[in-house]
Amino acid sequence: MRLPAVIAKRLVYALVLLFAVLVLNFTLIHLAPGDVAETIAGEAGGASPEMLAQIRKDYGLDLPFLEQLYRYIEKVVQGDFGYSFYFDRPVTSVIFENVWPTLLLVVSSLLIAILFGTFLGVFAARRPNGLLSQAITVLALLGYALPVFWTGIMLVILFASFIPLFPTSGMDAGPLGASGFGYVWEVLHHLTLPVVTLSTIYLAFYSRLSRASMMDVLGADYIRTARAKGLGERVVVFKHALRNAVLPVVTFAGLQFGALFSGAVLVEAVFSWPGLGTLAFDSILRRDTPTLLGILFFSALIVIVANLLTDLAYRLVDPRIKSAARA
Amino acid sequence: MSALLEVQGLSVEFDLKDGTVSRVIDGLSFELAAGRTLGIVGESGCGKSMTALAVMRLVPMPPGRIAEGAIRLAGENLLDATEARMRDVRGNDVSMIFQEPMTSLNPVYTIGDQIGETVRLHQGLSRREAHNRAIEMLRAVSIPAPEKRVDEYPHQLSGGMRQRVMIAMALACQPQVLIADEPTTALDVTVQAQIFDLLKELQQQTEAAVILITHDMGAIAEMAQRVVVMYAGRKVEEAPVDEMLTNPKHPYTRGLIACVPHLEADPGPERGALMEIPGVVPSVAELGRGGCPFAPRCAEAMDRCRREMPRETGVGEDHTAACWLYLDGDAA
Repeated sequence: MRLPAVIAKRLVYALVLLFAVLVLNFTLIHLAPGDVAETIAGEAGGASPEMLAQIRKDYGLDLPFLEQLYRYIEKVVQGDFGYSFYFDRPVTSVIFENVWPTLLLVVSSLLIAILFGTFLGVFAARRPNGLLSQAITVLALLGYALPVFWTGIMLVILFASFIPLFPTSGMDAGPLGASGFGYVWEVLHHLTLPVVTLSTIYLAFYSRLSRASMMDVLGADYIRTARAKGLGERVVVFKHALRNAVLPVVTFAGLQFGALFSGAVLVEAVFSWPGLGTLAFDSILRRDTPTLLGILFFSALIVIVANLLTDLAYRLVDPRIKSAARA
Repeated sequence: MSALLEVQGLSVEFDLKDGTVSRVIDGLSFELAAGRTLGIVGESGCGKSMTALAVMRLVPMPPGRIAEGAIRLAGENLLDATEARMRDVRGNDVSMIFQEPMTSLNPVYTIGDQIGETVRLHQGLSRREAHNRAIEMLRAVSIPAPEKRVDEYPHQLSGGMRQRVMIAMALACQPQVLIADEPTTALDVTVQAQIFDLLKELQQQTEAAVILITHDMGAIAEMAQRVVVMYAGRKVEEAPVDEMLTNPKHPYTRGLIACVPHLEADPGPERGALMEIPGVVPSVAELGRGGCPFAPRCAEAMDRCRREMPRETGVGEDHTAACWLYLDGDAA
């Protein structure tokens, strides 16, 4: 199948999926206990029955469920995700402000996990019983066993009280911080611990995965062919083997992007990282339904886009995919 | 005619998991002149593929090692060569075609890339020149529309086509020695014949010496001038091909030839039944127990066969075998 056709097909799937996400999220939030009107009234400082009724009428909360759903979808299609009463701003602008820190955190964690993980795995594969291989196995076990939030909290304790090398909270030094390149440095400095926390488990995972995959590939017939041509070890490993060994890594990277996104919620909460995760967490506590729904929708959108990109990357790395899609 | 490739007393050993050492090739010797074809025959596991890898010095080390012997290419002992020198030899002076064309090509690079890689490495050709050479080589192995095929990936080709690509790759640098390890085993019979014709034709053009490794006596009869029969890592018989087919001496060789199905309408009473050799090739762990390794499967085995290893002896003109049947007069 030709590339534009594939993309078109994927986009249709994506739209259907997004619609389903929208309906399900709205339904789930509606089923959740708690009265939004009471929360809003509470924010305003008091709640007489008349006031509650007025709020319900203003926000359309007195309408039947299906009509509320219909009106919500109608708005979303027009690009309007509603109005956050907490921020007193449209939801889209709130999300837009918070999405970049999350993307920064997630994408840099994933890149670090993939790059370093593959690198470690390749070197371990060449000596399956060597020290590095053993170390990776231990690291992987630790990575699997340690919950992300626990690692995060331990790092906070360590760096907040014992070795104050890295800041443990927030994304920058606030209004008193630097600007220009100084600001970039400041953000990177703040980014270190959250990224270490979030990427550790995936780093362990990818190093295991690429080690196994590399060992498999190094035993393949075409590697023997490459050696029989007189190619040097480096070309054999990094040209002929690596590109084949990296295929499962690409697959998993796409699949795990969603998981990484949800892991980010915990990491953001621990390190007060001002991203979508923190916002989602706070919005739940605030019963800020429009914001929460908006976040869920955008998260789904990002994961879908990530999967589409993975598909394209896979086609780039493995020429066999094209004909497989045709068959 | 002087020998181009000379293998003398080659032994390859492997360390087994239980700490013992297994000798998978034991004292193998043969010679090969330019433009000639030597067949190496034997069942799976007899060490014929390992012989090929040993000549390329591609025996996986560890756990394997070339324990002793010499492999001389035009007088140079490859076992003394540095690894860098071996990389020059591989693909350039000595090339190899493998058994599995399906898996022997890298799936993620175009065949043009993979053929061109060899000439870029050994002859320092530019990318464009290598691409043109790849097209030339594809044409030489009779692949239709080579300008188009050169940019295709291995999965877009049939098995026979892929083996042609392997041959093109192996011959791209005009090697002196071509080792073909079961080149047609994975292919259809009609395709097998085409590949053999192609190999013969290219051999005439390039004067390459060919080692054909196979378990198929029919292929040997068609391709080779000389045959070495291997069993359990040892040479059991060596002779010119006609002599070997008409007058086999070693019971194992006789068995191998009797195993070839024949298609005559009336094969005659003595060739009526299709024979089989009972038992299986000993596993690597069972090698080197003293005595002839074929004795447990041999219908003519004597007491002595189980105690002592027979040495190679002349059994006719230019014909040797390692069997006690022909060593009667020898002092024990």
